Amino acid sequence: MKPEIVEAPKGHTGSGFFATSFDEVIGIARSNSLWPLPFATSCCGIEFMATMGSHYDIARFGSERPSFSPRQADLLMVMGTIAKKMAPIVKQVYLQMAEPRWVLAMGACACSGGIFDSYSVLQGIDRIIPVDVYVPGCPPRPEQVLEGLMQVQEMARNESLRRRNSEEYAHLLQSFNIQ
Amino acid sequence: MLTNQEVAEALIGKFGEDVFDFEEPYGMLTLTTTREQIMPMLEFLFNHEKFKANFLTDLTGVHYPDTPGREFAVVYHVHSLIHNFRLRIKVFLAEEDIHIPTATSLYSSANWMERETYDFFGILFDGHPNLTRILNIEEMDYFPMRRQYPLEDTTREDKTDALFGR
Repeated sequence: MKPEIVEAPKGHTGSGFFATSFDEVIGIARSNSLWPLPFATSCCGIEFMATMGSHYDIARFGSERPSFSPRQADLLMVMGTIAKKMAPIVKQVYLQMAEPRWVLAMGACACSGGIFDSYSVLQGIDRIIPVDVYVPGCPPRPEQVLEGLMQVQEMARNESLRRRNSEEYAHLLQSFNIQ
Repeated sequence: MLTNQEVAEALIGKFGEDVFDFEEPYGMLTLTTTREQIMPMLEFLFNHEKFKANFLTDLTGVHYPDTPGREFAVVYHVHSLIHNFRLRIKVFLAEEDIHIPTATSLYSSANWMERETYDFFGILFDGHPNLTRILNIEEMDYFPMRRQYPLEDTTREDKTDALFGR
């Protein structure tokens, strides 16, 4: 099998040089080296371990290092039920990550509280932090997680370098009381 | 081998009028006592040379909102590991006076169980070393297992009763 390599971005090729925009290059670099921070609380966490295993091998997507610390992590993957008691911890982890950061909510519980429509369970992590990609299912199959990750890659690839400094983004964070 | 009859007779002999409502659901001796007698009774069973009820399996609460004066029950499940004999003791409390002495002096495990019972039912265990919430968030201002409160998260707008056939 021929190994796949990332296609070159749009640009001008000449003899001995290649000119393109920063956005394109940095987008490619970011999207192919997303370091996920798995915040796994329950069964979806086990499903994610299967995704990390050799059969589905999430490392193929540049996510070789599951970062169990907010340091250097780009992608917060929340998998499993988040109780209201756990909510401040999730938010703290999100706040400790450096920009640019993306969030993927895996499974019904992280997306919406799932079957746990209960006084003790947070009804979806998008009540406390902004979410980029929702992976539905209970639990989602590893293929779905990979699809979710590829969606995040697509976002990272096409994101403008200025986006995180924009007014709109500041408003978004403000709506979650994040400064 | 201990029989229910034997234990029940010993308890009646010791506490007389203060033990009542004997039942045997699924063969497990169940009885009710008063708040004043619960600790002497647990100590009696614990120290009894024959019964040796040395293990507290569970301690929990029940809410009966429709029975005035007996709104709350505290249920003790004690187990004699020596004889493999189990016994269930209930104490009924009124909502206005929801105090009961702690069992922590006898069973260390009662510490967490009583905290849990306080957390969910608001039953106050007098003499408990640290009666604070244990499972729910500290900011919670109600006792969620009391039946006047909904079990569902009240902020959901996308789930209607029609979805559940209610």
